[in-house]
Amino acid sequence: MKIRTILAAGLMALGLVGATHADDGLDNPSRNPFYDGLKGKRVVFIPLAMGFDLTEGWAAIMRKQAADLGYTLEIRDPNWSTDAGTRALTALIAEKPDLIIAHNPDVQSYARLLKRAMDAGIKVIQLNLESVVPTDAYVGADWSRVGYIEADALVKQCGAGSGKSGKIAIIRGQPTAASDLYELYAYKQTFAKDPSIKIVSEQAAQYDPAKARAIMETVLQQHPDLCGVVGNWDNQDVGAGAAIQAAGKADDVYVVTSGGGNQIGCDNISKGLLDLIISYDVPLQGNAINQQIVQSLLSPAKAGESKTSYYTPLTLLTKDNIGARTCWQLDQLK
Amino acid sequence: MGKMRLSQEGVVFALAVAMFAIFALTLNNFLTAGNLIALVRSVSILGILGLGMGLVVIGRGIDLAMVATMVVSLSWVLSMAQAGTPFETALAYGFLLAVAIGLASGILIAYADIPAIFTTLAMGLVIYGSGRAFLFQIDVQNTPAGVAWFDFLGRGLLFGLPMPIAAFAVLAALIALLLLRTRFGRFIYAAGDNPLAARITGLPLRPLIVVQYVVSSLIAFLAGIVMAAAVSGMSTRVYNSTMIYDVLLVVVLGGISLSGGRGGVRNVLVGTLLVGVLLNGMTILDITYTTQNLIKSLILLLAIMVDSFINPRDEQTSQQSQGDI
Repeated sequence: MKIRTILAAGLMALGLVGATHADDGLDNPSRNPFYDGLKGKRVVFIPLAMGFDLTEGWAAIMRKQAADLGYTLEIRDPNWSTDAGTRALTALIAEKPDLIIAHNPDVQSYARLLKRAMDAGIKVIQLNLESVVPTDAYVGADWSRVGYIEADALVKQCGAGSGKSGKIAIIRGQPTAASDLYELYAYKQTFAKDPSIKIVSEQAAQYDPAKARAIMETVLQQHPDLCGVVGNWDNQDVGAGAAIQAAGKADDVYVVTSGGGNQIGCDNISKGLLDLIISYDVPLQGNAINQQIVQSLLSPAKAGESKTSYYTPLTLLTKDNIGARTCWQLDQLK
Repeated sequence: MGKMRLSQEGVVFALAVAMFAIFALTLNNFLTAGNLIALVRSVSILGILGLGMGLVVIGRGIDLAMVATMVVSLSWVLSMAQAGTPFETALAYGFLLAVAIGLASGILIAYADIPAIFTTLAMGLVIYGSGRAFLFQIDVQNTPAGVAWFDFLGRGLLFGLPMPIAAFAVLAALIALLLLRTRFGRFIYAAGDNPLAARITGLPLRPLIVVQYVVSSLIAFLAGIVMAAAVSGMSTRVYNSTMIYDVLLVVVLGGISLSGGRGGVRNVLVGTLLVGVLLNGMTILDITYTTQNLIKSLILLLAIMVDSFINPRDEQTSQQSQGDI
């Protein structure tokens, strides 16, 4: 009996001690594993190239979190050269960083190397442009969905019942990139359902606005009654918009494209060069990739063990809904 | 040489005319004024660069740094203008940069005797790399608003022709005068035909080579101004495209021999015309990207084969070290 009382008193005392402690707050026991697990980790980002809105935006957001949480973020800039990107990846497989973030120039070039990296124990996240090989995670736009939304918007403008010619031009970007292939499939699927839609041109501008402009000038000569244009990227398709405006047809031809929601894109809508941008919202994507970086670094799963995708939300930007704060500027993200 | 000898220029011109005729007969709206203007307009910048490249190739050199010079000098100008430098001042800096690039290439080629193809290939990389590292951060530079003459250069009309076409025409006339009517022009032909003989007869061969590269650099700068005005900006990604090979295509296709000393402005015009007809026709026919590239490269290969068949390399050409590529 006595022993029990003493034990009970002791436990009560302990409880009391605990209670007084609680008044000083609690040291969150799950904090340390979070920070310790990230400290000193090495993350390497291989973009298509630095120096344009998408990659500069993501990099600004990723850098901020890296500095904040104490892991390093390096950027190997292949500057639009698939060769240089492949070399960087090969070198990284030997260097064994903790995590590689790859922005694929096309669906094939990096595919085998990304698999080799995972086999070597390096986790891999693919950002906004995926390859045919699924890796630990993909964070970015769902290009098929972007394509379906774009095509539906054009069908609404130019399809049966619109009273227009139904003539549509497709401006592709880099014909081997994920965005291009998945979008094209969606366009073709959607347009096939409406017999009044005619695809009169399908040319690649390789992300170059000057090339998009030259293509559109020629197409407009052939088809003065063109009804709509659907393109791969706002930075490229602004060239097509300029040709349409120069021909005085800005009100007759509806230009649909997609982009990162940068202020320049919004400005081009205000200028009447573009009509609809499906924005994959770079700041949102930046936050999503940051979250995925932390999760991948902390997860006990081995590289390549579990594969997830997160398709980032899409916003539709038109003349009617853009305001002063709809689009982002790089300085805001830094 | 007999009058019947087939010149490459003649072959290419006939080919361009034939293609033109076929497209005119088979494609709707090919032969409209609007389409023809669009056709020439789409290749006028290529043509301007071709004039510079042609001049250097006649002097038995090659300038693979032209696209890099164009992209970097103009991107620098535009980024300075955006940062608040008066546009004209920025242009003056860009002009000086282009001169400096031409001088550097020319001196390395003329005085250090490094083959032009390697010097300018490397120079292109150096220019582009240092531009990206030190001169501007963003790879697409927009033109400043409110510079009236610059907007006119991009969108204005001269005698009903869009300015890029007018600029191409004026520059072509100037270069033709330079090559045919000035001593400098005749010297370039002499040096290109046989550099050693030219030197023995007392031509200032090395300074002459330096000046050629300065001229080609300045033409690249001019092409940049026209391009920036026409598309309201300059994308440095142009450097990564196949543009420099398209410029070579125009020159070689037109019949300016890579072994130097032959050809003129007319050849550049013919080459530009053929490429223009080809690109326009292929776009109208909606030929796929890959097939277009294949057709273009096959034609370049064919032109180089015809070039070496019509202008065969003999013992004399192969023994000359200067600039033979």
